[in-house]
Amino acid sequence: MGFWSFFVIFCFISFYVYWYSTTKALKFNSDVKKGQKLPSLPSYYGTHSFFWLFIPIFLLLVSWFFLKPFILDFFLLKKIPQDFLANFGGKPKMLIDTIKSTNPENFFPGTNPVIIDSAKYFHSLKIISDSYVYSGVLILGLLSSTFSLRKISVIFKARQAVEKTNINLLILCSVIAIVTTVGIVFSLIFEALRFFDKIPFFDFLFGITWSPQTAIREGQIASEGSFGAIPIFTGTLLVTLIAMFVAIPIGLLSAIYLAEYAKPKVRSTIKPILEILAGVPTVVYGFFAAITVGPFLKEIAIFFGFSIASESALAAGGVMGIMIIPFISSLSDDVMSAVPQSLRDGSYAIGATKSETIKQVVLPAALPGVVAAILLAVSRAIGETMIVVMAAGISANLTMNPFESVTTVTVQIVTLLVGDQEFDSAKTLAAFALGITLFFLTLFLNLIALKIVRKYREKYE
Amino acid sequence: MSNTKIIRESLKKRHLAESRFKAYGILGIISATLFLMAILSTIYIEGKSAFKSTYIKINIFYDPSIIDPEGTRDIEEIKFANYRKIIKNSLKNYFPEVIGREELKNLISFISSSEEENLMKAVLENNELIGSDKIVWLKASSTIDVINKNPEMKNLPESNRLISDQELVWFNKLVLSGDVKFGLNKDFFLKADSTEPEQAGILGSILGSFFTLLITLILSFPVAVAAGVFLEELAPKNKFTDFIEININNLAAVPSIIFGLLGLAIFLNLMHLPRSAPVVGGMVLALMTLPTIIIATRVSLKAVPPSIREAAIGLGATKFQAVIHHVLPLAVPGIATGTIIGMSRALGESAPLLLIGMVAFIVDIPGSFVDSATVLPVQIYLWKSTAARGFVELTAAGVIVLLTFLILMNALAIFVRNKFEKKW
Repeated sequence: MGFWSFFVIFCFISFYVYWYSTTKALKFNSDVKKGQKLPSLPSYYGTHSFFWLFIPIFLLLVSWFFLKPFILDFFLLKKIPQDFLANFGGKPKMLIDTIKSTNPENFFPGTNPVIIDSAKYFHSLKIISDSYVYSGVLILGLLSSTFSLRKISVIFKARQAVEKTNINLLILCSVIAIVTTVGIVFSLIFEALRFFDKIPFFDFLFGITWSPQTAIREGQIASEGSFGAIPIFTGTLLVTLIAMFVAIPIGLLSAIYLAEYAKPKVRSTIKPILEILAGVPTVVYGFFAAITVGPFLKEIAIFFGFSIASESALAAGGVMGIMIIPFISSLSDDVMSAVPQSLRDGSYAIGATKSETIKQVVLPAALPGVVAAILLAVSRAIGETMIVVMAAGISANLTMNPFESVTTVTVQIVTLLVGDQEFDSAKTLAAFALGITLFFLTLFLNLIALKIVRKYREKYE
Repeated sequence: MSNTKIIRESLKKRHLAESRFKAYGILGIISATLFLMAILSTIYIEGKSAFKSTYIKINIFYDPSIIDPEGTRDIEEIKFANYRKIIKNSLKNYFPEVIGREELKNLISFISSSEEENLMKAVLENNELIGSDKIVWLKASSTIDVINKNPEMKNLPESNRLISDQELVWFNKLVLSGDVKFGLNKDFFLKADSTEPEQAGILGSILGSFFTLLITLILSFPVAVAAGVFLEELAPKNKFTDFIEININNLAAVPSIIFGLLGLAIFLNLMHLPRSAPVVGGMVLALMTLPTIIIATRVSLKAVPPSIREAAIGLGATKFQAVIHHVLPLAVPGIATGTIIGMSRALGESAPLLLIGMVAFIVDIPGSFVDSATVLPVQIYLWKSTAARGFVELTAAGVIVLLTFLILMNALAIFVRNKFEKKW
């Protein structure tokens, strides 16, 4: 039984169970002899039975989805002859991977027949196990829903039961947000700790050379690799600074104009235009930085007679700044619009011009909000990936020169993890150490920013 | 000097400062708009040429001695015949002066290798062709295409030009006799990735994006709406719900690449789900989209006036019934708008997908949720990282396609909002 046939059968059974239970409840109500009616509407009895069908099936299927790989591996390992496994000369995991990647219909000539047999077994197992599980859960679900039918009586309050289940389902959905955060933190911490087993924590945080080349063979020269993250952090800092250098003036000036000068009609046309900048996918900015801005800067440099790397921090940071503009402008615009009119009126009354009012009254009053906007923009810039992957360099240079090529935390995470990798080498684990730094840094910036915004709102509302 | 005079002079200065300040603001907006226009126009200029490609007119002789020497019309025979030789012979007839083996090899490289398959398909469809002559337009290879699209490259020195002087002579002969034209680049819309720029297409990654987004929608929409309803309408005010809220707000600000690390560590390494598969990409993006939809749900629930709830409760509905039967349906347009915007963000997202292996070179068009696939933005990234000259325009064309989808989705969101959303 494939997934879709299962799905169709499941839908049929659901409708049937709902209908059967509802009509049973209706009959119960119309049965005069019993004298008493059910405490809830008949449809709630139907829904109740449906839950008894749906919830066990859903739980079993989800656990099957996650456990399937392990169960299949277990059966496959049992199927492989012991002596073949012993003679294979590698980890059993490698053998299993080979078998899985072998197509029994179309294999390389010279493949070991045992492997082909196992591959055939594996592929049939994959299909058969699914159909077993699907039929199994359907039968189980039917049993549990017939069990629920027996509960239809005057003492059973179906609506309360159904609503309680519903609320619990809603809570479960809300908790997924927590589960995700916990998942992120734990997966990062777990892998990062494995990394710090190999490389001392302070070597990582304060080392000044980054060359994550680890050995392919044992005992190779320069097999250790060095994982000092300072050049990466300075690179990130440099790119972020350049981005802010572009984004803060443009974003802030636009926000001032929109909040204080622009007529409502102008405002309602210009705001969406600025927001388009935030909606353009970052891969597009990356392309723009690499294809247009990089070569353009290079030409300018040649014109003025100095040299600039083709993957300079300036190109990546500048384009990132363009991307960040709307983050700064729209939040600053909001906070400036929230400054009470009475403050402005007071300033006008003692003779200040509009620009003086903005500079000396509105901006200071909105300052916390503006700072929060900038912090959020910084955290956005630090975590931004595609622009720097496409337009900044890979090699870690410890420099603050914007014309040179630097690398960032996100670029390194991508370079270390794209492609095939051995999962327990320091090289791949380093990506998780960088990831956790990134996670906590952005979390910290966001928490501060949110706190500032909240405090600020309380002040004026 | 009287006080009035001092004030008048300083007033002049202050008014100047005033207009200067205003001009700065306008300057800020103008520069932001200019940046946007620069990006869009660059992409249009770079990418528009990828939608057309160069075709070369050749008289093909479907030589029976090559296609079907036995005369049996056997399908296997026709399938594996040497169509390259047929093209070569036709080119030989066109350029009788070319005789050398090496030269012929250069000459045949004018024609895209995909045309051999097309000839084969034509013959399979219509056996009558065998033994006949037919004038056909064959797709040129990428280098010829680049030269044809950028005629100024002909003036470059040989070393910078992609093609040799001799090839240029042949090409000019073709152009002069009118045997070169531009046609619609159908392969771009109908194929998946390829090592040859002229044969690479976007359909594979569009379908990959489609499967990925479908998973994202199926997983994130119900969960997010449920969470939004709970938090906004039913949750008691306590530490636990506060904690959930803080978590959701933080998740919205976590850099997308962190979700990729989560997917790699948990979905791939812990749970052994398939690499490069839309199902895993969809799961990662679903986690990323959850906060967006939750927040949209809450905002639109908040916009429904309390009188609706009070009326329902006053008529005897439970709190849960009031929310599900009356409040939620009124919030649907807002939720739909938020969902579409969340999906469009997921469509443009690529960083987390790089980490879970959706960055592979995939020639086949994916047909299911577990096939190896790549998505539109990652395809753009892949083409950008490829060195061949022909891929530049493809990259930009990919961006155009991506932006078109985004514009359509956002237009749909705006339409839904304007058409269905109720202002109270």
